[in-house]
Amino acid sequence: MARAVTTQRKTINTAVAWAIGLLIFFPILWIIILSFKAEGDAIKTPIEVLSSAWTLENYGVVQERSDYAKHFMNSVIFAFGSTLLGLAIAIPAAWSMAFVPSKRTKDILLWMLSTKMLPAVGVLYPIYLLFIKLGWLDSRIGMVIVLMLINLPIIVWMLYTYFREIPGEILEAARMDGASLREEILFVLTPMAIPGIASTVLLNVILAWNEAFWTLNLTAASAAPLTAFIASYSSPEGLFYAKLSAASTMAIAPILIMGWFSQKQLVRGLTFGAVK
Amino acid sequence: MGRITLEKVTKRFGDVEVIPPLDLTIEDGEFVVFVGPSGCGKSTLLRLIAGLEDVSGGEIRIDGTAATSLPPAKRRLAMVFQSYALYPHMSVRKNIAFPLRMAKMDQAEQARRVEDAARVLNLTDYLDRRPGQLSGGQRQRVAIGRAIVREPAAFLFDEPLSNLDAALRVGMRLEISELHKRLQTTMIYVTHDQVEAMTMADKIVVLQAGKIEQTGSPLELYRNPQNKFVAGFIGSPKMNFLTGDVAQAMDAHTIGIRPEHLSLSTDTGMWKGVVGVSEHLGSDTFVHVDVEGQSEHLTVRANGELDLKYKQTVYLTPMEAHIHRFDGDDLRIA
Repeated sequence: MARAVTTQRKTINTAVAWAIGLLIFFPILWIIILSFKAEGDAIKTPIEVLSSAWTLENYGVVQERSDYAKHFMNSVIFAFGSTLLGLAIAIPAAWSMAFVPSKRTKDILLWMLSTKMLPAVGVLYPIYLLFIKLGWLDSRIGMVIVLMLINLPIIVWMLYTYFREIPGEILEAARMDGASLREEILFVLTPMAIPGIASTVLLNVILAWNEAFWTLNLTAASAAPLTAFIASYSSPEGLFYAKLSAASTMAIAPILIMGWFSQKQLVRGLTFGAVK
Repeated sequence: MGRITLEKVTKRFGDVEVIPPLDLTIEDGEFVVFVGPSGCGKSTLLRLIAGLEDVSGGEIRIDGTAATSLPPAKRRLAMVFQSYALYPHMSVRKNIAFPLRMAKMDQAEQARRVEDAARVLNLTDYLDRRPGQLSGGQRQRVAIGRAIVREPAAFLFDEPLSNLDAALRVGMRLEISELHKRLQTTMIYVTHDQVEAMTMADKIVVLQAGKIEQTGSPLELYRNPQNKFVAGFIGSPKMNFLTGDVAQAMDAHTIGIRPEHLSLSTDTGMWKGVVGVSEHLGSDTFVHVDVEGQSEHLTVRANGELDLKYKQTVYLTPMEAHIHRFDGDDLRIA
């Protein structure tokens, strides 16, 4: 039953929600504002910053100094490459956990999740050494694999949750109809789980796009994505607030826009299974 | 062809033996119904035949070839599920064509078979709809359509009518029987409803706790139940059982008499009792009578126009030829 909410109460709730929303969004907003200010104005007090002249110069400088397109392409390859590779592994894994669970399935799922609690720096050394051995330092393939492995537990968990909502009888029907395991997953399970898979892809693209720890440590130039591109502007030689902000804005804009347009799908993905 | 034989087929879930070694032969073209109370293992048995569950022991043969370790797809069986199990993201046409597509049949032949099945099942107008836009009965027909297009060796039905309302159920029951008459293909049908079993089957297999209690034609089971369980399970309303002196007088531990084999009189008869509830169905009246010395009341199938008062004294007389006698182990005494 819906609870009765007074208009006054609604207004207060809305105001509070907006306030919290703005508070969270403020740093991003400030970065965007700073990116349109001259370097000298950007370090002044907030009032002075707002009243100073607007300029596009930072974007020009950033574009001149570094190859945005290359970093952008690297980010796209990492985000989508790691997510798609992750899906290829996670769909069969989640299928087996959801439809042919064993006594250990729950333990495996929890163990997988527990790896997300491990501080990344704890495995940096062995992974760095492995990368040297494999010749993967500053390579796209290496980053796609590392980012995929980092997010794999989340992809498996999300898909497992979606798959469990699909009645097993439908998959049995496919088996009776002559579908092989591959056909069953490809033609029946996956199309039925499209909304769930879409949410999973979205979330993991965002996570991989924003990943900085591994990209900063394992890439230098040729495989550096946008996160490394931002970091290159926080140099010890001087303060480049405005340029750093311009670089950040350029780095977060694509994912911000993508997130904005897919809000519904994202919220559904994150709350799926919680409410029925 | 669709002759299915089970030899010493066993199924265990962990330490629990749900199907003790079981032998059964299903002849080609037969309509066999597995019937029994819920949890008796009838669905498990069907799933073993389908290959959706692995047997723990024994051998399954389909048309003489060993099928025990074949995957479901290779057994040439089609199954209709209780929940219909249609593919919600495909149109009716694609649902029905799915097994043909999996068999890599050419497009023209697929289209022809789908059209044929749709015509037989009155689905032609719904071919481009999604399952979600159909009624329960239509969904059931799509599920049947999906089963018939591939011309399987046998059809397996797992309680296909239990999600339908009563009126629709009777209609679909008839449609499935007609389908069997026309196709002459082996059908194995699982139900807990003995009326479905009696009306549809060539052969009924009564199961209890994974064990076959009796196998036979509906009338064989009705006339000669091998034990008290089958006697009580087959027939509606169920058979009356009497114990004590009445049974001992007939050299039995328990005697059974069906409601339709008792005659009721207001002035004379073998057993005296008082009328409890009378259920008027129009064609018949089911009268529940409390007979002296019996803990359970007896049901009598009487004339539909009969008008009896509550607590009225009546006399019941069983028809001699229809009395079933059982020993202390509930087995039939010949």
